[in-house]
Amino acid sequence: MSMQSMLYFDHSASSPPKAEVIRTVSEVMERIYANPSSLHQGGAEARKLLERAREQAGRLLDTDPSEWLFTSGGTESNNLAIFGAVRRYRNRGRHLIVSSVEHPSVAEPFRALEREGFRVTVLPVGPTGHVDPADVEAALTDETILVSVMHVNNEVGAVQPIAEIGKLLKDRPRTLLHVDGVQSVGKLPAPIREWGVDLFTISAHKFGGPRGAGWLYVRSGVELEPLVRGGGQEGGLRSGTENVPAIVGAAKALRLAIESQPEREERMRRLRRRLAEGVAAMPGVVLSGPREDDPRAPMAPHIVHFCCPGLKPEVIVHSLEELGVFVSTKSACSSKDDKPSAVLLAMGRDAACAASGIRISLGDEHDEAAVDALLERLEAVLRKLTPLRRKEERH
Amino acid sequence: MTFDHILIRLGEITVKGRNRGRFEAEMLKQVKHALRAFPGLTFIRTYGRLYIALGNEPYEPVADRLKDVFGISSFSPVKRVEPELQAIREGALAVMRSFPQREATFKVKVSRRWKGFPHDTMAMNHLVGAHVLRNMPNIKVDVRNPDIELNVEIQEHHAYVYCEVVPGAGGFPYGSNGKAVALLSGGIDSPVAIWMAMRKGLEIEAIHFHSYPFTSKEAQDKVVTLAKKLSHYAGKPFRLHLVPFTDIQTRLAQSKQDHLIITLMRRSMLRIAQQIAQRAGALAIVTGDSLGQVASQTLGSLNVIGRTSELPLLRPLIAMDKLEIIAMAKRIGTYETSILPYEDCCTLFVPKSPATNPNLRVVEHIERAIPELPEMIAKAVEETETMELVPDDSAHPVPSAPAVAEENDWF
Repeated sequence: MSMQSMLYFDHSASSPPKAEVIRTVSEVMERIYANPSSLHQGGAEARKLLERAREQAGRLLDTDPSEWLFTSGGTESNNLAIFGAVRRYRNRGRHLIVSSVEHPSVAEPFRALEREGFRVTVLPVGPTGHVDPADVEAALTDETILVSVMHVNNEVGAVQPIAEIGKLLKDRPRTLLHVDGVQSVGKLPAPIREWGVDLFTISAHKFGGPRGAGWLYVRSGVELEPLVRGGGQEGGLRSGTENVPAIVGAAKALRLAIESQPEREERMRRLRRRLAEGVAAMPGVVLSGPREDDPRAPMAPHIVHFCCPGLKPEVIVHSLEELGVFVSTKSACSSKDDKPSAVLLAMGRDAACAASGIRISLGDEHDEAAVDALLERLEAVLRKLTPLRRKEERH
Repeated sequence: MTFDHILIRLGEITVKGRNRGRFEAEMLKQVKHALRAFPGLTFIRTYGRLYIALGNEPYEPVADRLKDVFGISSFSPVKRVEPELQAIREGALAVMRSFPQREATFKVKVSRRWKGFPHDTMAMNHLVGAHVLRNMPNIKVDVRNPDIELNVEIQEHHAYVYCEVVPGAGGFPYGSNGKAVALLSGGIDSPVAIWMAMRKGLEIEAIHFHSYPFTSKEAQDKVVTLAKKLSHYAGKPFRLHLVPFTDIQTRLAQSKQDHLIITLMRRSMLRIAQQIAQRAGALAIVTGDSLGQVASQTLGSLNVIGRTSELPLLRPLIAMDKLEIIAMAKRIGTYETSILPYEDCCTLFVPKSPATNPNLRVVEHIERAIPELPEMIAKAVEETETMELVPDDSAHPVPSAPAVAEENDWF
């Protein structure tokens, strides 16, 4: 079965690039091949496109163009934000705060910094995967130089209280706030400036852009220590010849994603409700997060996550695949190992549940019919597999 | 919304005697053009004044745009009422109540333009003031130094009430005093000089000299950006002539008269500007010279350089200080672009000690030793590229390769 005929429900792992974006990338790739650092007119044209892409990010997110750096994507942006800020401001203090449900590209840098001797407070989350701002407040010390909390959790879709955390840090200019916005851009409003966020990560391929392109927002006045040194591109913060086609394509995808964000959010919320209700009604399934919309535990509009205790999630993924449906176990990046999900363990799930998570993530091409088709096939798969559940873990 | 109209006072054009009608019509046209983004507005022209009915449009953005229109001396947000006592009193009270401060002093100033109005000015001052005082206990009268001056202007068909007078850009409607060309270098001064000339009602076509490859494309983009900013004030497409100056500049450099090179260059530039002016039907050349600022702007240099031009040289900045010029550049929005660090052709080949008092005879002698100079000047004029610029992003024709439409499509 070809990709095109599949029901693709794995947008949080990577989304199908939009046709306009493919055209932009291919045309720019063909026409604008000069190095933006070259002095000749070819270089000037490439440079002009880069600056337009930067202006576009600035305008769409109500920030200054000079505050945006182009990177190779979410992982690089997160690494640059964390290592860059901590190494630059290590003299201010040695304490860092991070949530327990971050993506590995945030969690691992913090583990590395802990091994380097920084003190790291890992914030707990509640049963729905949400950080409590009171825990942030309790963890803050005069030594704290960086707090990193993602906007939308990539596994279960919990929306973290960034505005409240931003408020806590308002009077603490020496503590920077990094937000991994990879899963939220285009799905939820991201008022970076209003929140008081200092560093914000975006990845283009999560909203119809090309892979290998992302942004890091660095609030004006915040300095970073570069990770990649060389020719001094991106203000010396990210050396290496700029990937002009991908950057311009990413700028286009960002515009398409943000301009249609309100209507996308509304449509996806409708579909998510239908999907969550359908999934929750199936036997042996534990929905992660509230079943109804709950303002105390807000969830992203495009992610539904559930556990099937006693079943191996990859068996469900492959069975659905045979029926023409693509979904994910845990997050795509870590789905190959067998270990229970750290996010689900942090949410207080037992090992059986935490090792059996399935994530469904929605895209722009989905409608009610697609959701119903998914539910129908999921039910068939579960009906077939339930008798094979491991006994000791049967509820 | 307390204020439903904007009253526009026209500046110097009201002293224009017989041409006044033409100026007013031109002014109306330009105000309408500047405010074309607000379709809800209606425009009313009366003797020496313009009124704009706001309709459903918000006041602030309209006012922001009006501040940049030449020929307006000031304007006020006004409330329009029927020209009869009770309506005027109610209107005056509503205007006073729109002020946030609870305690203030005020005075009433009635202007009775319609002599048929039954109450005279003195009586009206009292009648309106008393009504406000009765209804607003924290407001007091102070005729010498009031916080608020409550103006009532009575005309035959309407009366207008207002407190605020916002200064306008002044000057004459753009283009109403003829056309000139202007030298645009990319520095801080020349855009300010051009703005001042435009404000005086001169339609301007800008001329920029480039010495590619000695100057970069960025230097040229910078000038294009400046011209676009100026086109905002023009209210119509703004012409920019890009003159290739490399050959002349390198030829002049070969005469090995380092200390005179700037003098020689400026003379050739004026000759080119004069020819472009003739083609454009322009009657003057505007420059950003400010007396004594650099070697080419000493009186001696201005004399030797200026002699090449038969057209009048207009130098709006001649008596201004650098700090005043910078402040104006910031106000008109050209400063940030002007300080971008790209070399223009005058900063190239700059000698260590340029002549501050060049000798006319020596200069003329050097020029005579270059018999091909007039030909080179004609060639530069011939090869001049002309762009028409408007405030948004489009320029025609664009010299760089990817067509703008296509590039826009990529984003």
